[in-house]
Order: sequence, then structure tokens, then C-alpha cells
Amino acid sequence: MKIRIVDFGVGNLHSALKALRLFCDDASTSEDPAELRSADALVLPGVGSFRAGMHGLQVRGLGDVVREAAEAGKPILGICLGAQLLLSEGQEFGRCEGLGIIPGEVVPFPPLADGCKVPHMGWSPVDVPDAVSREGTILEATPPGADMYFVHSFLLRPQDHVHTLAVTSYGGHTFASVIRKGNVYGCQFHPEKSGAEGLRLLERFASICAEAVLR
Amino acid sequence: MASVLPLLYTVPVKIRVIPRLDIKGPNIVKGVRMEGLRVVGSPAMLARTYYEQGADELLALDIVASLYGRSLDLDIIRSIAQEVFIPLTVGGGIQSLHDISHVLRAGADKVALNTFALRNPAFLQEAVREFGSQCIVLSVEAKRRGEGWEAYTEGGREHSGRDVVEWVKEALGLGVGEILLTSVDRDGTKTGYDVDLLRTIASFATVPVIAHGGARDAASLADAVVAGADAVSLSWILHFKECTIPQLKEGLAERSLSVRRSSP
Repeated sequence: MKIRIVDFGVGNLHSALKALRLFCDDASTSEDPAELRSADALVLPGVGSFRAGMHGLQVRGLGDVVREAAEAGKPILGICLGAQLLLSEGQEFGRCEGLGIIPGEVVPFPPLADGCKVPHMGWSPVDVPDAVSREGTILEATPPGADMYFVHSFLLRPQDHVHTLAVTSYGGHTFASVIRKGNVYGCQFHPEKSGAEGLRLLERFASICAEAVLR
Repeated sequence: MASVLPLLYTVPVKIRVIPRLDIKGPNIVKGVRMEGLRVVGSPAMLARTYYEQGADELLALDIVASLYGRSLDLDIIRSIAQEVFIPLTVGGGIQSLHDISHVLRAGADKVALNTFALRNPAFLQEAVREFGSQCIVLSVEAKRRGEGWEAYTEGGREHSGRDVVEWVKEALGLGVGEILLTSVDRDGTKTGYDVDLLRTIASFATVPVIAHGGARDAASLADAVVAGADAVSLSWILHFKECTIPQLKEGLAERSLSVRRSSP
């Protein structure tokens, strides 16, 4: 099983790679479209602005590579900015088209309760709504209300609630913290920085990748 | 001495408990008011221990890099980063955007800037533009001077002549994303955090404040939170095994403060 971390020039790829290597022998980073097309699964990391992220993907010709992988049913995990890029549109520094793999947009935090600062930085619980099943997903082994590490100023807002796998509350506002469409997942938090619970999630993602290869 | 908490005291995110590793040469060291340094152990081993105990982040600061005009030992940073899957902030002797890149590539998520930033405040703005606010932590070493506090550099050795309140206000304007507020007077003394200093800075800070210097027990951590700290950093009582992170978190939770409970 071959997992590739998409290197599109933004943020810290090393911590995601270090964590994935615990669960996958063939994990590395690449910005080469051919190499990424040959992978069984992709991870889209990233720290920075939506516009810079899309630009980084486009100049390397990687937007189509990620879309094709999604259409082929390959597992994809977007982390933080990488999760936001999966949606159709961002609003950071003006409107900007996203990958459009999951319909929805990326919006700023609405006004928050007193004492809540933006960015939302730190550990917050991630909950799967009652109507949603965690079975077979990256959250299958994650206990309810597990704390994950967040650093973000913008929110994932999928158009259709069926694409919300988990939610988190901050400053009196509840938002999608994990989005999912088929084998495509996006986490607003950083599983690679979320201690044992984050590693559990990545281990599940690696299992989903292994199952997808067998099918 | 028990902390008196206001009714319905709530915090927006979990209180982060952050062990601080002071690096000198190949070792983690600890002193009193940053002097009389004793060797505690190896960086990788201590990082692993605190990660497994449930630390929410780690701070690793080379406390002599600026003093000797050396740059950080990136191998030590790599050895720490290799052991942990939580955020890591690294500081000491950083003087350029290149230095920051190297530290991030070695596995850090954020960098702490003090000495060089005090001499070149514009560097903070450059660093924020290049790496984002979330990556740039202002490290302040505060010593009591009359009614206020003065900012120190080089591990609490040199004074800058800058008033801490004015300096923090300036740095916030330049876009720093977090403040590591060390009381040099309290560091290593186990006499509690400088709550006056914390209250003063937290009253206007628009970014999270990490308190350091003086941690004694869970009650002292709670006092720092009530004074306005978003996170508490500590070293002595952990290094010399006077308590563990789970014990401290239990103590915070007993005082109705919200902490992350890590599972095995």
C-alpha cells in the first residue's frame, strides 16, 4: 500500500509523514503528478491561506490529480487547510474556487462568545452527531468527545449535512470538524498533533487505505 | 492555599499544560531564576516521558544560544520531534527567516522569539508574514522593576530597557500569535506564578498567553489560569518528579477547569 502526502509548497509535511509512517511502510511526500497518480491513497496537509493553497496545487498541476483520485474512489485525507481545499469555495482574502470534491464552502468564524479568541487554537472535543454512524469511517476507533488539536480561523461548511461526519463547538458556535464523502475525508484539526487519539485516527485511515487496495 | 474561583468560570478551550525543556549543550537543564543550572536528563527521553504523561504541547528552548551567539542544535530538535505527536515550540538564538525554516523543518510547529526580536522588532512582522501568526510566539522574560516589569534577554541575563507592557503591545501590533510570559523572578522558585504580571498582560492580550515561572502545584496552575493564562508551562516540579502531568490535570479538573484527558 502506497500513501503519498501531496507537497504543494505550504506548511509542515514532516509531522504528518512521521505519524503516517507508524502505520504504512510506503509513505512519503511528493509533488510529482505521475508519482501521486500511482499512489493508492493521498494525504492533503497544509497550513496557510486558502488562496495560497489552491495556487500551490494549480501551479504544480495537482488539482486534477487529487480530483481524479477522488473519482476513482481512492482514500483521501485532507488536514486543516487540506480539508478546506476539498470544498467548492473559500472566502479567505476574497472568493476563491476550491477543489469541489465535497460541495460546500469555507467561511470565517461568526462573532464568538466573550473571551474566545480567533484563531481557535488548542484542544477541543470532536463528536459524531447521533444520526451519523462512525462505523467503517476514520472515527470508528475514536471515543465520543475525544480531544483533538485545532489551529484555524476559518470553518468547513459542507452544503449537505450528510457530508458532516463530526462536529466541534467553540465560542458558542458548532461547526463541522470532520467532513466525509465516500472515501474522501477532511479533518479541521491536526490528527498528527493530537497525541494518541490523533494517531488512532491515522491508523484507521491506513486500514481504510489497505482495505481499498484489496477491493 | 486554595484557589478561589469565580462562579461559572469557563474557559473557551482546554487549559494546556506545557512542559518546558531548557536546552544547554546536549542536556536539558534547570536552575533557579535561570542560574545555577543542573542537568536533568536527555532531551529525547524527557520529551517522550512528558508526551506519554499527556502533555498538551512541548516547549524546547536553547537558553544559551543567544548568549554565546550560537545557533540552535537542530539534531537535538529532531530528536525531540521524533518522540512526540503534539505541537512543539522551539526557541533560542533565532536570528533570520532561514533559521525559522530550519527549525520548522527539524520538526517544530512554532518558534519562540525574544532576544533578536527585541533588537529588531520589525523581524517579528517579517516572520509573521512569511510563516503566519500561528507560528510565531513572542517569548518575554520579565523581571519586576518598581511598579512594572522590564524585558530581559539571553535567558534572563541582559536587560533591554524595554517595559514589558509596552513591548508586548508593540509585538501584538506586529502580529505575533501567542505570548510565552516568563517571570524570571519566579523561575525555578516554586513560589507560584507572578499573577500580577499575568493579570496585567492578559487584560489586553488578544492572543493566547502561556504562563511560565514559579509553578508549585495544581493550585498554583489554577491561580495562573484565573489571572488570565490560556496555558501553563512548567519544568522544575516535573523534572524533579515532585508531581506528574496527570496529577496536575486532576487538580485543575477538581477546580472546575477544563483539561484534556488523554487515553492510553
